[in-house]
Amino acid sequence: MSVPEELYYTAEHEWVAISDSTARIGITDYAQRALGDVVYVSAPAPGTRVTAGDPCGEVESTKSVSDIYCPADGEVTEVNPEVDDDPGLVNSDPYGAGWLFKIRLDSDDDVPPGLLSAIEYSALIQDEEQ
Amino acid sequence: MPDPQPAALRRTPLTAVHERLGAALTDFAGWQMPLRYRSETAEHQAVRTAAGLFDLSHMGELRVTGDEATAALDYALVSDISAVRVGRAKYTMITGADGGVIDDLIVYRLADSDYLVVANAANAATVAAELASRAGRFKATVSDQTDDYALIAIQGPRSPAILSRLTDTDLTQLKYYAGYPATVAGRDVLLARTGYTGEDGFEIFARPDDATALWEALTEAGEGSGLIPAGLAARDSLRLEAGMPLYGNELSRDITPFDAGLGRVVKLDKSADFVGRAALARRAEQASPRTLVGLIGLTRRVPRHGFAVLWDGAPAGIVTSGGHSPTLAQPIAMAYLSAEAAAAAAITTTQARDDQADDGRLAIDIRGSAEPAMLTRLPFYTRDARGTQGTQG
Repeated sequence: MSVPEELYYTAEHEWVAISDSTARIGITDYAQRALGDVVYVSAPAPGTRVTAGDPCGEVESTKSVSDIYCPADGEVTEVNPEVDDDPGLVNSDPYGAGWLFKIRLDSDDDVPPGLLSAIEYSALIQDEEQ
Repeated sequence: MPDPQPAALRRTPLTAVHERLGAALTDFAGWQMPLRYRSETAEHQAVRTAAGLFDLSHMGELRVTGDEATAALDYALVSDISAVRVGRAKYTMITGADGGVIDDLIVYRLADSDYLVVANAANAATVAAELASRAGRFKATVSDQTDDYALIAIQGPRSPAILSRLTDTDLTQLKYYAGYPATVAGRDVLLARTGYTGEDGFEIFARPDDATALWEALTEAGEGSGLIPAGLAARDSLRLEAGMPLYGNELSRDITPFDAGLGRVVKLDKSADFVGRAALARRAEQASPRTLVGLIGLTRRVPRHGFAVLWDGAPAGIVTSGGHSPTLAQPIAMAYLSAEAAAAAAITTTQARDDQADDGRLAIDIRGSAEPAMLTRLPFYTRDARGTQGTQG
């Protein structure tokens, strides 16, 4: 189960990459394995205001559907068009080509509050596996 | 109070093989079964274009024997079992006195007075008890032999070629819905040309001790032919595309075979009386209040079991099975629709197709949003005569 060290995570199995007040968001390797093959992703449209902790989209797999929870306050700037064409990218490359959307963060803090480190997230999924 | 310990899941003779292959295992009807090995979409496509290998050892095998075994099954089931020849199989149902479906079954006639009845895993114990009770007035014995059989299915257009490498049986003589003793990879089995995928394929009933060797022999024989192991997720999407009912979804105690569009399995004119006959004879005379239909979702959101179907914004039915169709690359669903809505939708769908537009009157309530849908003829997928891919919709 891959959990890249340089990323931040949420308890809802999303990852967040932060640079220059912009957060790129996707779902984790653990999440894509649990979901099975992703067939459709609904992400918030560019320009949408989002609030940390609120559902703002969904990831639909062959067997189930999961909400995407926004990891931070901000405004959506970009949605990954490749994933719309080929939702399987979320399975094949969850931390790369399978990213979902980007938001411009409201806060100038380096890291939005409440996110987990790779070590904390690894511990969380180990607990869930038991 | 702590929760009571859940009952231990039953393992098939092949569960250790699935674990070795890295399958995601799931609890299915009390059994620990492979949900998928890697990608369920890839497994689905392999069965449509090459071949897939399934462990179905959770299915219930009930043996009915004795001088009056045929009469007992004629009385217990809705079909004309006496008309099934030795070496052939029959898709049938067992219903209650009210005509409600207790289970759908495949009955294999092994010998004159020897039958193997294959029931769904979740219903096996109920069907065994019901058959035993109905056989009570006949010289017939019912025994639950589920633990005496491993069941392996090889399904897909390349399955005859792969299987022929392991058996001397002339597979061209083994017809669809036939089954008889054979030797596969040196093991004595019951070899049947049946399945639940909409493709050509075989089901192999074997001794549990032979299961691993058979699985490995089939895997090896399929190397280079695109054979891969396939889990229950692919099995479900394959049978949904093929428009095949699943007990607990399309079929239940509240549904008669006529509601499910399967009235053809009910043989009202057979000479023997049978449980459910009077109720089913009445149902055959009536127009069905609901119709099982096929729906294609016109957006990308996926309908699921239990979602409401809307006609002009009002509830008019319920989705029994839904999913993303890998073959059609669209959301598909089977649903029970009220007779009025089904008739109205059929008319407007024809018109909508003519002008390449949809009027949005038929929809599925997907988590609060009315997603437009279109009526289609079942099945969603039919293989053509050559066994290659083809669709019908």
